[in-house]
Amino acid sequence: MTSATLARRQSSLTKGKLPSYAVWLVLGAALVFGAAAASLVGFSAVSWGLFSALFFLLGATAVTAVVEGGRKATDSLATYLVYGAFLVALLPLLSVLWTVLERGLPGISYDFLFTSLNGVTGAVDNASVANGTPVLGGAYHAVVGTLQITLWATAISVPIGLLAAVYLVEYGTGGPLTRAITFFVDVMTGIPSIVAGLFAAALFGLLFGPGTRTGFVAAVALSVLMIPVVVRSTEEMLKIVPNELREAAYALGVRKWRTITKVVIPTAISGIASGVTLAIARVIGETAPILVTAGFASAINWNVFSGWMSTLPTLIYYQILTPTSPTNTDPSTQRAWAAALLLILMVMLLNLVARLIARMFAPKTSR
Amino acid sequence: MSKRIDVKDLNVYYSKFLAVEGVNIEIKPRSVTAFIGPSGCGKSTFLRTLNRMHEVIPGARVEGEVLLDGDNLYDQNVDPVTVRSQIGMVFQRPNPFPTMSIRDNVLAGVKLNNKRISKSDADNLVEKSLSGANLWNEVKDRLDRPGSGLSGGQQQRLCIARAIAVSPEVILMDEPCSALDPISTLAIEDLINELKNDYTVVIVTHNMQQAARVSDKTAFFNIAGTGKPGKLIEYGETATIFSKPSVKATEDYVSGRFG
Repeated sequence: MTSATLARRQSSLTKGKLPSYAVWLVLGAALVFGAAAASLVGFSAVSWGLFSALFFLLGATAVTAVVEGGRKATDSLATYLVYGAFLVALLPLLSVLWTVLERGLPGISYDFLFTSLNGVTGAVDNASVANGTPVLGGAYHAVVGTLQITLWATAISVPIGLLAAVYLVEYGTGGPLTRAITFFVDVMTGIPSIVAGLFAAALFGLLFGPGTRTGFVAAVALSVLMIPVVVRSTEEMLKIVPNELREAAYALGVRKWRTITKVVIPTAISGIASGVTLAIARVIGETAPILVTAGFASAINWNVFSGWMSTLPTLIYYQILTPTSPTNTDPSTQRAWAAALLLILMVMLLNLVARLIARMFAPKTSR
Repeated sequence: MSKRIDVKDLNVYYSKFLAVEGVNIEIKPRSVTAFIGPSGCGKSTFLRTLNRMHEVIPGARVEGEVLLDGDNLYDQNVDPVTVRSQIGMVFQRPNPFPTMSIRDNVLAGVKLNNKRISKSDADNLVEKSLSGANLWNEVKDRLDRPGSGLSGGQQQRLCIARAIAVSPEVILMDEPCSALDPISTLAIEDLINELKNDYTVVIVTHNMQQAARVSDKTAFFNIAGTGKPGKLIEYGETATIFSKPSVKATEDYVSGRFG
């Protein structure tokens, strides 16, 4: 494009500025040159993308520097780097989603969702592979286990976490106890999940004899992981409740604990609820602590207080590590991927629920 | 309703810092008393000691006596909650409860204390309180809407309605108009004039015209310098304080020569 055509279209206000389509031109050129450069070192989507990105960054900055000056060039360089970082961060997520969908979807069926692995042996898998019939057995027992264990973990950690946060924000006065709790909550946040599992296993081993493995032990292990998350998020939410609301309630002659239960917590409930849901999402995918506390089962077990239990992560783990049929691993792999998809769906659903809860409880401001 | 307040040799501390020193004041029932003075002189701090809101702040404490009709608020066995249910407070920034509707905001003092109230009693109380705060006509058709959706001036009147719904003896107001426009300010000032018929009203204000307009008596607080305690300099009839005060500092302040 020549400066004559530019001059005709531009007002004096936009003089010395790149037209908005310039970035697309540069992008197109970068893609072409990127393809050329990539073919020199062996063409692949990755090398093409890398070279194109590099050329685009250099090209766009250079063009901006020539037309709009150095300050704008720095600005556009930073802008494109930020966009680039965003794309790089997004790629693994999309890739994981795509892979899990691609490999998990074929395994999702009524049979998979509503039957357990009870009675499914290597021979069954061999037969289904040999005859080309659908894979038998499913993840129902693991879904039940996941829901039960997570539910109990939530039931244990939410009251403890919530009350601890209330103490820290409303009653703690920065004394030694407050500082100790804050410190230990921070330490607990960093506990490796397997250690939490071993702690629960050891605790119940001491109390009820060695080798006590039930869903409840797993729930205790998970709550060790959940409590610090709940405390932290609830604490932050309670802290942002304006002090004026507390004072308004006190000035009406309302007692402190009523102020907390009726004014402070309702005001913060949306944040607390989404914090709790995120804490659940964090522990629902735990594998290691479940393995050492709940063992592994292939049959449906609704009772968290007796018998071994499976969850989706442990199902995936065992199906991949020790396929049901050592000679025909495909059915097990398919089950594992389907279970992974199911787990991701559950976490996504939880996040959606968290958003819904947050919206439902959010203080209303409409006129 | 409406009781007198007598303050005797009151010192107010934030931890070790003496914020207000040696205040002696008598506030008559059914009157409006205004506290004026430069920023940081302890007016608001002193006001908050009158219903024991001061001690909500960690480390804050009080020496001396505050008598409500002869009963010391700071006696050992006095429950601050009882004090606050008799001495209501309206704050500088309107602070309706965001989770509650207009109606629930008015009933907050009753409902938060889990007192049982029949629906017709509640309706009457809501109408009486909102009418008392000159807000009834503006909100009677949207009582179930959130209180935070009202304008600033309406929110402040809602807070006043909330305060008078618990039928206190005294109403303390901490710069109730500082966040409001002149029209809303006028509405609140009219309201204060009406409240005087039933309650003892104490108001902190930075606006000397406002003090002159609404109050019967005025107390001037001043501070000798940063880090020094605030003191009550002069207390008297509003007309006297603004026309011929007996202390030079008061005259300088009300005539705008400093502060």
